Amino acid sequence: MEATHAIPHPGVHEAHHEGSGFWRGYVFSTDHKVIGLQYGFTALCFLLFGFFLMLMMRWQIGHPGQPVPIMGPVLEKVLGQVASRGIMSPDLYNSFGAMHGTIMVFMAIVPLAFAAFGNYLVPLMIGAPDMAFPRVNMASYQAYVLGGLIMFTSFFIPGGAAQAGWTSYSPLATSIPTNGQTFWIVGMVLLITSSLLGAVNVIATIIQLRAPGMTWMRLPFFVWAQFVTAFLLLLAFPPLEAAALMQLMDKVAHTSFFLPTGLAIGGTLANVSGGGSPLLWQHLFWFLAHPEVYVLILPAMGIVAEIIANNTRKSIWGYKSLVYSILTLGFLSFIVWAHHMYLTGMGTRISTFFQTTTMIISIPSVVILTCLFMSLWGGSIRFNTPMLFVMAFLPMFGIGGLTGLPLGFSYSDLHLHDTYYVIAHFHYIVAPGTIFALFAGIYYWFPKITGRTMDEFWGRVHFWLSLVFMNLIFQPMFAQGMAGMLRRMSDGGANYSAATLGPDVSGGLSSRILHLNIFILWAAVGLGIAQVPFILNFFWSIKHGKPAGSDNPWQATTLEWQTPTPPPHGNFATPPQVYRGPYEYSVPGHDRDFTPQNEPEKA
Amino acid sequence: MDIPYTVELRPDTGLYNAKVGIWLFLASEVMLFGALFSAYILLRVGAPEGYWPHGWLNVPLGTANTLVLITSSITTVLAWVSLKANQFGRFKLFHAITLLCALVFVGIKSFEYHDKFVHYEFTLKNGKFADGHMVENKLKQDGNSFTGYAVIRGHVVEDERELYDLNAHKAPAHEDIRIDGAQIAKMGNYGPWHNTYTAIYFTLTGLHALHVIGGAIVIGFLWGPGSKLWETDPERFTNRIEISGLFWHFVDLIWIFLFPVLYLL
Amino acid sequence: MSKNENHPATAHSVRGYLIVYVALIVGTILTVWASFIHFPSREINIVVALVIAGTKGSLVAAYFMHLISERKMIYSVLSCTAIFFTGLMALTLWALHDFPSLTVTH
Repeated sequence: MEATHAIPHPGVHEAHHEGSGFWRGYVFSTDHKVIGLQYGFTALCFLLFGFFLMLMMRWQIGHPGQPVPIMGPVLEKVLGQVASRGIMSPDLYNSFGAMHGTIMVFMAIVPLAFAAFGNYLVPLMIGAPDMAFPRVNMASYQAYVLGGLIMFTSFFIPGGAAQAGWTSYSPLATSIPTNGQTFWIVGMVLLITSSLLGAVNVIATIIQLRAPGMTWMRLPFFVWAQFVTAFLLLLAFPPLEAAALMQLMDKVAHTSFFLPTGLAIGGTLANVSGGGSPLLWQHLFWFLAHPEVYVLILPAMGIVAEIIANNTRKSIWGYKSLVYSILTLGFLSFIVWAHHMYLTGMGTRISTFFQTTTMIISIPSVVILTCLFMSLWGGSIRFNTPMLFVMAFLPMFGIGGLTGLPLGFSYSDLHLHDTYYVIAHFHYIVAPGTIFALFAGIYYWFPKITGRTMDEFWGRVHFWLSLVFMNLIFQPMFAQGMAGMLRRMSDGGANYSAATLGPDVSGGLSSRILHLNIFILWAAVGLGIAQVPFILNFFWSIKHGKPAGSDNPWQATTLEWQTPTPPPHGNFATPPQVYRGPYEYSVPGHDRDFTPQNEPEKA
Repeated sequence: MDIPYTVELRPDTGLYNAKVGIWLFLASEVMLFGALFSAYILLRVGAPEGYWPHGWLNVPLGTANTLVLITSSITTVLAWVSLKANQFGRFKLFHAITLLCALVFVGIKSFEYHDKFVHYEFTLKNGKFADGHMVENKLKQDGNSFTGYAVIRGHVVEDERELYDLNAHKAPAHEDIRIDGAQIAKMGNYGPWHNTYTAIYFTLTGLHALHVIGGAIVIGFLWGPGSKLWETDPERFTNRIEISGLFWHFVDLIWIFLFPVLYLL
Repeated sequence: MSKNENHPATAHSVRGYLIVYVALIVGTILTVWASFIHFPSREINIVVALVIAGTKGSLVAAYFMHLISERKMIYSVLSCTAIFFTGLMALTLWALHDFPSLTVTH
């Protein structure tokens, strides 16, 4: 076990650091590490909440019209009429669906992948004392919490939460008689504000606060990933904010930005001026939402690269290719959005344009995945829990990415659009993709944050069970989608079953396809149970986990491991001097199989 | 370890942190207003022939507001120049003018907004349209029917499109017209709900005005209590004036495009 | 104070600012005047107004916001923004005006 290269705990910084009580130290802190942990904890809570929403939805899909077990009476007590007798009404199903998507994307994954991991690690990895704007950082977290609270409380208002999908298409979104849609818009504005502030912070920090010697091409790939992600958030979110503002005006000021002339609701002509365009909403929404999905995956790719390099004891294969690919990916992600809109009646020329850019964007994606795969070749692989999750990420993301191709071609998308195939595709990328990478990151950086490791045995249990159940949930959905099962059906497709449609109508859903719903339900329950060891392991290990034994237990090269554990305020007593790239593992002629970035050259 | 480059320029980028931050933020604002301008273009191009308004806004007032903001822009940059030349008194003077200009701008805008809210269009049961500013409102609404009467200063037209392109014809004579409740099929004022033009007008200028107010609050704070920093760290204070100035110029820049697009075209 | 002297405040630059100020006022008067000219088509009015606005905006950005002497880093951020902004406008407009040309009738 090598001697730690940690810098002695700096008493010098105490002079700057005002004696903080509980409130300044843990609640209103401007320290990027505290804020990162705040984001992480809040996001994980929302992740669990979104998961429970999905479980109840899967029950309804598998057993339409039957009372939800255990939660049925609770729903009825809390929500009233929409869950009468414990049965999920279609409106309640729709609100769960809309909020599951919204919560998972905007309140769980992005805050966890970008804000939590990014805030904690980026300043450490570049050798900075904190983010460039610590008070803006605190404000961004507070905006996030406020937005999240508004979203959460919308469940309990009369009419319930938003019900028009996470996509909130007009005119449906404006005409649903609930203030939940308004809460959704206000919540979104706050969440967008939080992301914008965070993005400005991350970009400015990476540009301005790199330690001496930390050139652009010596940055850990994780930092590059966060850099590009921040740009996506910075430039893609504002059009959605504008659109949200316009939809809010439609809802409360009765404007007609997205309401067409002659709109009739429930048979009566709507009392609005008309003249608006529902497609305008879709364009502005997807202009964000496509880069948003890259926001969901890029930090995960960054985490995967760090853990692969560390656990293969060799450098990442193709660092330059990775960097140029991620920059290209970020750029291209802004001009592919209408592949979500192939069925809106666009002409062939514009459809071809978007189809072409969509196909081109798969190239940098494949390059990145290939580089990560190639990095395993010839490696001296350590199969610890983080590495298991990361290795599973590679084929899982591969499946998710490849199944995007028939969706990217407008011709095949005619059949697959808005079916369960789409759901399977994006969940493969985010669930056994991004979330696996985030789990890996938690297991990996846990010892730096707490000084203890999570239990390895239960980590493996968590991994294998999650891997199996994730695949059991989402693999059948490809079959359901290809059979024509549509999304967002609260009865699980029963109305379109071959039995209901009768023998004269072709294309009905077979009973085998529908029976998969029950199979998926039980796989989802299994996945939920598989998270119990993780949650228990996580909390137990904070106080009782095996001590890490050193400041750098994984023997890693990057700067976050060259600090005391946990890193103090200000991270480094003096700016570290960087002498080499981020992945100097197993360099011939050295006595150890790794050389930290800030270790001086031997004379 | 303190955060470096808060005042000192980082050698390879030649920038201090807040300058990077504010330009990044302004880039996001370009996308925000850009999306609204895109919406404007789409709504206008998609409007049926003859139904896109022209001449609904007061050009002299709009021009005055443009000149007011341009003036505030130069006083902003001169305030910063004064600090660079160590002339704190002149800085105070210039930014006082900036704040005054902001006040005038918001004042004129409020007057314009109010004007729209007292401007009514009535769809009459005989198929004609009465349009004008409310003089006396003694109407009571019960569901879709009206009782009482209203007096407006305006005119009556047969084709609704005559109310749209006001630049095409000579302004008709405005006279006091009494409208009885029984004649009214529909009525509404020229608020955001009136048509997509008023919707985008109020949204664009409203969001812009919020930015004017926000910028004025920040500059006002720096002019007042925040100016204490000049005594302890003049360079840092000067940078804050530069940063807030950049935001202010951006707000002026948006108006430079808003004015012709909404008022003149 | 001299460390941050990337824009020396001399009498020269004040004169420069005042010239820009006058140009902006002239531009404003010009654009209002041009709006009352009846060109053969409305499109010409639009182009004229946007060219004048673009010029005025460029003057504010270049001189009041000091973009003309700004750093490469800022230019790269802004050029990306300009590309995406144009893409948003152009592609959305194109999408809403490209209709399927052949329809099937039975």
